[in-house]
Amino acid sequence: MSAVKIYVPRETTSVSVGADEVALAVAQQAKKSGASIQLIRNGSWGACWLEPLIEVEVDGVRIAYGNVEASDVPGLFDAGLLAGGEHDKRLGPINEIDYLISQDRWTFWRCGLIEALSLEDFLLHQGFKALQKAWEDGPDAVIEAVMASGLRGRGGAGFPAGIKWRTVADIESAQKYIACNADEGDSGTFSDRMLMEGDPFGLIESMAIAGFAVGANRGYIYLRSEYPLTHMILSRAIETAREGGWLGENIQGSGFDFDIELHLGAGSYVCGEETAMLESLEGKKGIVRFKPPLPAFEGLFGKPTVVNNVVTLASVANVVILGGERYAGMGVNRSKGTLAFQLAGNIKRGGLVEKAFGVTLRELIEEYGGGTASGRPVKAVQVGGPLGAYLPEEQLDTPLDYEAFTEIGAMIGHGGIVVFDDTADMAQQARFAMEFCAIESCGKCTPCRIGSTRGVEVIDKLIAGEKRNENYDLLVELCDTMEDASLCAMGGMTPYPVRSVLRHFADDFAAGQKR
Amino acid sequence: MSEQTIDRDAVASIAQRFESKPEMLVQILQAVVTEHGWVSEDVIRQLADILNLSRADVHGVVAYYHDFRTEPPGSHIIKICQAEACQAMGSRDLTKHANDSVDADTTLEPVYCLGNCACAPAVMVNGKTFGRVDAKRFDTLVAAMRGVSS
Repeated sequence: MSAVKIYVPRETTSVSVGADEVALAVAQQAKKSGASIQLIRNGSWGACWLEPLIEVEVDGVRIAYGNVEASDVPGLFDAGLLAGGEHDKRLGPINEIDYLISQDRWTFWRCGLIEALSLEDFLLHQGFKALQKAWEDGPDAVIEAVMASGLRGRGGAGFPAGIKWRTVADIESAQKYIACNADEGDSGTFSDRMLMEGDPFGLIESMAIAGFAVGANRGYIYLRSEYPLTHMILSRAIETAREGGWLGENIQGSGFDFDIELHLGAGSYVCGEETAMLESLEGKKGIVRFKPPLPAFEGLFGKPTVVNNVVTLASVANVVILGGERYAGMGVNRSKGTLAFQLAGNIKRGGLVEKAFGVTLRELIEEYGGGTASGRPVKAVQVGGPLGAYLPEEQLDTPLDYEAFTEIGAMIGHGGIVVFDDTADMAQQARFAMEFCAIESCGKCTPCRIGSTRGVEVIDKLIAGEKRNENYDLLVELCDTMEDASLCAMGGMTPYPVRSVLRHFADDFAAGQKR
Repeated sequence: MSEQTIDRDAVASIAQRFESKPEMLVQILQAVVTEHGWVSEDVIRQLADILNLSRADVHGVVAYYHDFRTEPPGSHIIKICQAEACQAMGSRDLTKHANDSVDADTTLEPVYCLGNCACAPAVMVNGKTFGRVDAKRFDTLVAAMRGVSS
């Protein structure tokens, strides 16, 4: 009898709730009972609420068990785990779990499915097929496909990727760079991390495609330091790809050179802004640059640089394989394709849900998320990280579409959705928005550097009930100044959450007064 | 100024690992902090020499990034996420609990997002991330950190 395959994720969330201990217990129990098993460390499927979620392959079907603790393992073996036996924690075949099968799993399709660090498994699952197709199609056709796909930056700004690529490709320069922004700092977001941990070769492949398309032979990944497990996985994947001849000189005899250097951030949120990230990659303080020149013209070390976020880049493999038109067939209006939404905060079934644009917040929060974890009513939902607006319950029917969000003074950003129940004090959340800006401001422009500190003070006065009308007007005026005059989104969008609280939850300031 | 020092040869060897290139300063400092816990004035002086940068340049970078501690940390470092997803799940109360309960040899630091937002609140103990941390689980983690089984 061949070894039974058991999948235990090696992914931050799963490991944070005990996956490593479960893997160890499985190995020990198998040894003890003389069973022959093959322990596979995959990425996460994204159903975080079920983590640690382990699977056993029985007759080619992967049977899932959810919320498994190390202490459950002996009992699971007794219940016939290796044959997919019945147990309280048994969820059934992974490909029958509603949460997963109803998604539009385009970019994350390999995540959870394959052994994350196995180049062999990656190759068995279409790995590097897109790069090979790109070589056949040629750089121009690849860029055309990215243009036609309507793919927009998934990191927050939503800028069309094809335009960046075309710009960099058209510039004559002996040295160009691909800079992958993996500084996923927005609270409520973890899709970049999940992709890098579950499909690291997928990112490597897409970066190579980008390099081939624009004529860059060097890529950088700027990874935040808060992701140590991701760092380990990505470092090993890059090394494995190099050993396998998929990075380096003359890749697979194609004549194309491309290599990747992995850099760590150092805890600065603003380094997620593209020019601050470039400064940091150059070893300097992460201070935002003036634009123009855009990084496409003068980016890393002054050379033409494509700066794209992890999921944006990872989406490209699909665009190349399917063609731009087919990719653009998903989604709505000018929001094409899919976005990996992330359900977080006070939510019963938190996790990653990849859906075509156009899905409503309510569908995501109620149908996927199952409402709040506390069971209390939803009070507010922050979409798009710390610079995103807080939406009240009555705005949950807004479709997730870049322009529809802009219309209501909100943004989709990186697709993070943070749910708060009715115990949340929104005045404190508004205060936090300013406080966070004060902590993270790079200090280059005055509205952001000074405005954020003044913002905290004014909100404190409002909460204390001091000169309410004057301070309210002052806060609105301060928001105008920050929005109009800041150099980047840090100061320019901090007013979004603040204004949304003033607009929808003004009573919470009065509540503070009574205390 | 702390009496504690960081071995000069160790710093030189870290710089060498990055070919002593000035553009690797952030990476070098990150390695110094990972391996030695903090960055001393002496390290700043030494790196300025090695990388041919001014001390002000190195000092500026050290001061800019949250990760680059300029005081030696305690024997244990606990970071509690202070960002919105964790706030929605009670990280403010958890932080109060931690402030009231940890011993003096433990350094408590804020962190803004560990990317574990679907299993909030998230806490990092000596470089390892934990999820679904309420006060009770926090105490268990601290006990485990001290090698006490609970």
